[in-house]
Amino acid sequence: MRKGIKNWGPPLLLVSPTIVILGIFVYGLIAANISVSMSDRHSLQPAQNFVGIENYIALLTEDRFLHSLYNLGIFTLFFIAGTMFFGFLWAWMLDKGVNSEGVFRSVYLFPMAISFVASGVVWRWLLNSAEGDRASGLNRIFENLGLGFLQNPWWSDPTWGMAAIALPAIWQLSGYVMALFLSGFRGIPEELREAARMDGASEWKLYRHVVFPQLSPVALSALIIVGHMSLKVFDLIMAITKAIYQTEVPATYLWIALTANDYAKSATIATILLLLVAVLIVPYLIYTARAEKAHR
Amino acid sequence: MTITTGIEKKAPTASGRGARIRLSRTAKYVLLVLFLVVVLMPVYVLIVTSLKPPQDVNPASSWGLPVRWPWESVAPGGPTGFDNWAIAWEALSPAIGRTFMLAIPAALVSSFLGAMNGFVLSRWRFPRADWVFTFILFGMFIPYQAIMTPLVQMKTSLGLPSDIGTLTLVHIIYGLPICTLIFRNYYVGIPMELMEASRVDGAGMLRTFRSVVLPLSLPGFVVTIIWQFTSAWNDFLFALFLSNQRQGPVSLALNNLAQGAQLANYGAAMAGALLASLPTLVVYIVLGKYFIGGLMSGSVKS
Repeated sequence: MRKGIKNWGPPLLLVSPTIVILGIFVYGLIAANISVSMSDRHSLQPAQNFVGIENYIALLTEDRFLHSLYNLGIFTLFFIAGTMFFGFLWAWMLDKGVNSEGVFRSVYLFPMAISFVASGVVWRWLLNSAEGDRASGLNRIFENLGLGFLQNPWWSDPTWGMAAIALPAIWQLSGYVMALFLSGFRGIPEELREAARMDGASEWKLYRHVVFPQLSPVALSALIIVGHMSLKVFDLIMAITKAIYQTEVPATYLWIALTANDYAKSATIATILLLLVAVLIVPYLIYTARAEKAHR
Repeated sequence: MTITTGIEKKAPTASGRGARIRLSRTAKYVLLVLFLVVVLMPVYVLIVTSLKPPQDVNPASSWGLPVRWPWESVAPGGPTGFDNWAIAWEALSPAIGRTFMLAIPAALVSSFLGAMNGFVLSRWRFPRADWVFTFILFGMFIPYQAIMTPLVQMKTSLGLPSDIGTLTLVHIIYGLPICTLIFRNYYVGIPMELMEASRVDGAGMLRTFRSVVLPLSLPGFVVTIIWQFTSAWNDFLFALFLSNQRQGPVSLALNNLAQGAQLANYGAAMAGALLASLPTLVVYIVLGKYFIGGLMSGSVKS
């Protein structure tokens, strides 16, 4: 490696604007957020005191916040399970060669190009909670198909309502997970499959011992990406139900706190969200960096 | 010099024959088409409902096709299906214009800075370049809520307006990590003997970047520009926290149109959703391969 400032000065100079900008707007603002979360700035008035982790204790013992975490948990569970299921199924069906594969692929993936706000417009209609004669949306389909027992109040259900909110999210992201799995399937060297077949492996054993192990890094990527999108969910809920208690998640609670000028509270919620995401992302980034280093 | 998404079909493989396989093939196509219908169902609802005059929107016939042409009204002189589109256009068109003013500069500036970063981090490295890369990459994964409270406070104390200009800056800044990642992976993947030759010739970094690397970068730019354009266009979070109804982008205008709507006015909201989605859909249909290339790079793997 060449040494000396003459060699590494210019490239460092070229990235320095980005380093400074992100230093301020990512790292600086995260620090500022944590500092606000430890103050008593609950109104437009400037903060008076440093209160340590008082806001965190208050929030984590508050029923309303725990309810928003419960909602987030249900949403995340169904969102991840749904996208992984359909994403894998579609990729698996398409992998073995299908006529006009491109058409299926493009259609399955297209909801990804649409905003949550736009899809929220139509899903609000599809998830209309009216039943029987007044039913529209999905409940109307069930009614007309004689599957009336499937009619349900969707997101108005107090326990499982968030699973209904996960439906549009699954609709939008399954195609993405499909694309990830498809790239995984197609990254498996054909020789590997051939060798296993030559050894007389059954189709199931082929999957069990060759395909699944090769797919696991992709599955992990998909899980992390969908999981971290799920923890941040905001647009979709605002578009379908607005910020109401029934469908509240930490991100919409933050919006309510911030518009009420309770800066300390919104900052506290934000830090908790950041921690939740970090628990997911940081080990993944370390894992990827190691894998890449080993690959070189 | 092309973008490979890794999902294209490989050379066809020999497939078995026989009645059992044929049957499962049929079952597979039936399933695939069924999923196709399910995925397209919301689009059907959007189109059909947007073309019905408000009086024709009722629960019983809500899944049916319009019963009259979109230029006809129920009662003489009453609203028609096309009136939904007129209402939506009136509500959204100024915001659509503003969103182009936001998304295009945001896409261009982030992409250019990302190309410089990606070049340096892959091809003209310096000590600890990997650390700098991780430092930049982290910004891609944070939930933006984590910086929203101080960002809103900062905007207020600097006296920045709640308009497109402020949002453009924000999108440029938070687009930097993904653009850097895409370009870094892109430059790693293409052979650059020319660059090495130029370097050996003693050409400076900037000259090498300008005359050797940039001309090879078009596919990378297409990917980042599409990515940035789409995320700026579809953004709702920054728009809601940092701008307002009158000066904000189309996502806010659409949300306002939709939330204001009574059941009777669903048609206008649906027409609006279609209008607001049109630019990104056109990009997806025309440049789908590059769109997917951007998506796949989001999974960090190079």
